[in-house]
Amino acid sequence: MARTLSMMAAINEALDQEMSRDPTVVVLGEDIVGGTGSPGEDDAWGGAMGVTKGLIHKHPGQLIDTPLSESAYIGAAIGAATCGLRPVAELMFIDFMGVCLDQIFNQAAKFRYMFGGKAETPVVIRATCGAGFRAAAQHSQMLTPIMTHIPGLKVVCPSNAYDTKGLLIQSIRDNDPVIFLEHKNLYDRETDVPEESYAIPFGEANIAREGRDVTIVTYGMMVPYSLEASETLKSEGIDVEVIDLRTLSPIDLDTVFESVEMTGRLVCVDEANPRCSIASDVAAAVAQDAFGSLKGPVAMVTAPHAPVPFSSALEDLYIPSPERIAEAVRRTMGERPS
Amino acid sequence: MNNPFPLSRDGLLTAYRRMRTIREFEERLHVEFAKGDIAGFVHLYAGEEAAGVGIMMHLEDHDRIASTHRGHGHCIAKGVDVRAMMAEIYGKATGSCAGKGGSMHIADLSKGMMGANGILGAGAPLICGAGLAAQKLGHDGVGITFFGDGASNQGTVLESMNLAAIWNLPVIFVVENNGYAESTSVDYAVATDSYVDRAAGFGMPGITVDGTDFFAVYEAAGEVIRRAREGGGPSLLECKMIRFYGHFEGDAQTYRAPGEIEENRAHRDCLKIFTAKILEAGVVETGELARIESEVVDLIDDALESAKAAPLPSAAELTTDVYVSY
Ligand SMILES: Cc1ncc(C[n+]2csc(CCOP(=O)(O)OP(=O)(O)O)c2C)c(N)n1
Ligand SMILES: [Mg+2]
Repeated sequence: MARTLSMMAAINEALDQEMSRDPTVVVLGEDIVGGTGSPGEDDAWGGAMGVTKGLIHKHPGQLIDTPLSESAYIGAAIGAATCGLRPVAELMFIDFMGVCLDQIFNQAAKFRYMFGGKAETPVVIRATCGAGFRAAAQHSQMLTPIMTHIPGLKVVCPSNAYDTKGLLIQSIRDNDPVIFLEHKNLYDRETDVPEESYAIPFGEANIAREGRDVTIVTYGMMVPYSLEASETLKSEGIDVEVIDLRTLSPIDLDTVFESVEMTGRLVCVDEANPRCSIASDVAAAVAQDAFGSLKGPVAMVTAPHAPVPFSSALEDLYIPSPERIAEAVRRTMGERPS
Repeated sequence: MNNPFPLSRDGLLTAYRRMRTIREFEERLHVEFAKGDIAGFVHLYAGEEAAGVGIMMHLEDHDRIASTHRGHGHCIAKGVDVRAMMAEIYGKATGSCAGKGGSMHIADLSKGMMGANGILGAGAPLICGAGLAAQKLGHDGVGITFFGDGASNQGTVLESMNLAAIWNLPVIFVVENNGYAESTSVDYAVATDSYVDRAAGFGMPGITVDGTDFFAVYEAAGEVIRRAREGGGPSLLECKMIRFYGHFEGDAQTYRAPGEIEENRAHRDCLKIFTAKILEAGVVETGELARIESEVVDLIDDALESAKAAPLPSAAELTTDVYVSY
């Protein structure tokens, strides 16, 4: 019988299985165990969201709580990766990458090329991302485009628990630095997840829904929203195909082109800000390589060019909604929004 | 009446009012948060009032502070409007930041309050900027940055201490040491036993005080602030203090020792310690404190009611305050 797990539990299981398989896998981050040095319980937190809870008892010696020094411990994870460990470092929120960005983009991302192909840096940097938590401007960003821009980094942003487990296992086994972004609003969502270990290769998009009229290309939290929009549109007689990119670097453009060749219509949906986004990048790639297939202009649905606001009234408008996605699809069909 | 304290009677009553306001504000938020009416991350300053107020009693509006994620107490002590703060926490248009910032980003530049901050250690470089501006503009303003024991390990804090020292900036680095960074102990995360030693490594004076003792904080802060104003450069001030609630609202706090919270509330409540001292010396009377307390309760009642009744920001606000919108 199929077993369901939340995205959080899927991450926990992937880390658990990989730590068992390979003793060089170490997991480090702030409060990932919790209670270190404190008088109360050990394993008090298991990470800010409880993702790593329970792992310390199964793998003592493979989990390390760090001081609040991202530059130092993310950098140490990167250094250790070049010296025989396979560290998985947790950055509580991707917004904190500002503190440790040099280690990520000038160090980890550069070694393989800059050292003439002689270095391997098998490090995973896990971080939560995305809006919808009322966590305001410094704890809600979707910084996927910044990470994706940098050669030498692999960037993963899964949309469901099944993909999360397989992609995280792949990330840990991969010999390049991987930025693994977990949308906080997906954490509790459950899907079927096999108990055995499995890896999902990078650079293979998933067709989350097949359809003939319009192609939506998206990732992360916008996948369930796009699927919701597609259900609404189905009742209007519009048949939408939803492509979940899953990995943003490498990116699977072939699947996008094939779909657009069939539908002739493209909507790019991205929770990131619009300029230089994943959405604008996919739109440009299609304009460049599949222009002849397009029956009309490409539509983009993104967050506005603004920081994430705190107030629920504004944050709800900030995040692209299923309604806005459906409206954009109708536009590409040449219909007026209903 | 003989007053053994370094503040006048009025000064003592002002300090009491500020500390009481912070306590009431935070305790009411704790209750309201549990009802589910408040969204996002809320970090309470209750238990730590003597530090913020003891320091801020020395400051004027042209003195700047850079605060932390646990910023409500700093805001109130620096004179930020309590009603606007409450409205901000409720995400309302009448909030200090028009509802765009929330608890972790309350700011009021007109009061010299440069913002609570969601990024640990981020206030330290900013306050060096405040110190540099005071130096170049030729006024006697000082800058105070607050950071916790956890955030004291951020590279930005350490870089800023060195910068402030070599430029002789009028800046104070205040370590609010409550023993915990989220669930992790300072004993594990901070390599030195003494922040005074750390200050020495940057060539600046350091003082450690009992942050639950208002007068200890007040005196130490007076000394380091006076020195900074007179061109004597930066200092570090460590306040050892107690966090009454969890790291954030919703924290189960299983990392604490059994009975720890009760013990602290009974014996190390900075507000109780302060009132006992001033009453015992006979400088103020119980009735005066009771009157202040009831005024504070009224103020917070009113702040809460008006925050709840205030309008949400209008949709157009989503793309205001950016130089361009798409
Ligand atoms: C750069 C950065 N890293 C991590 C966090 C998450 N975080 C917020 S508060 C906190 C603990 C802070 O502890 P401390 O500095 O001692 O302050 P306290 O909460 O005890 O007042 C952490 C880890 C953050 N906001 N910014
Ligand atoms: Mg602390």
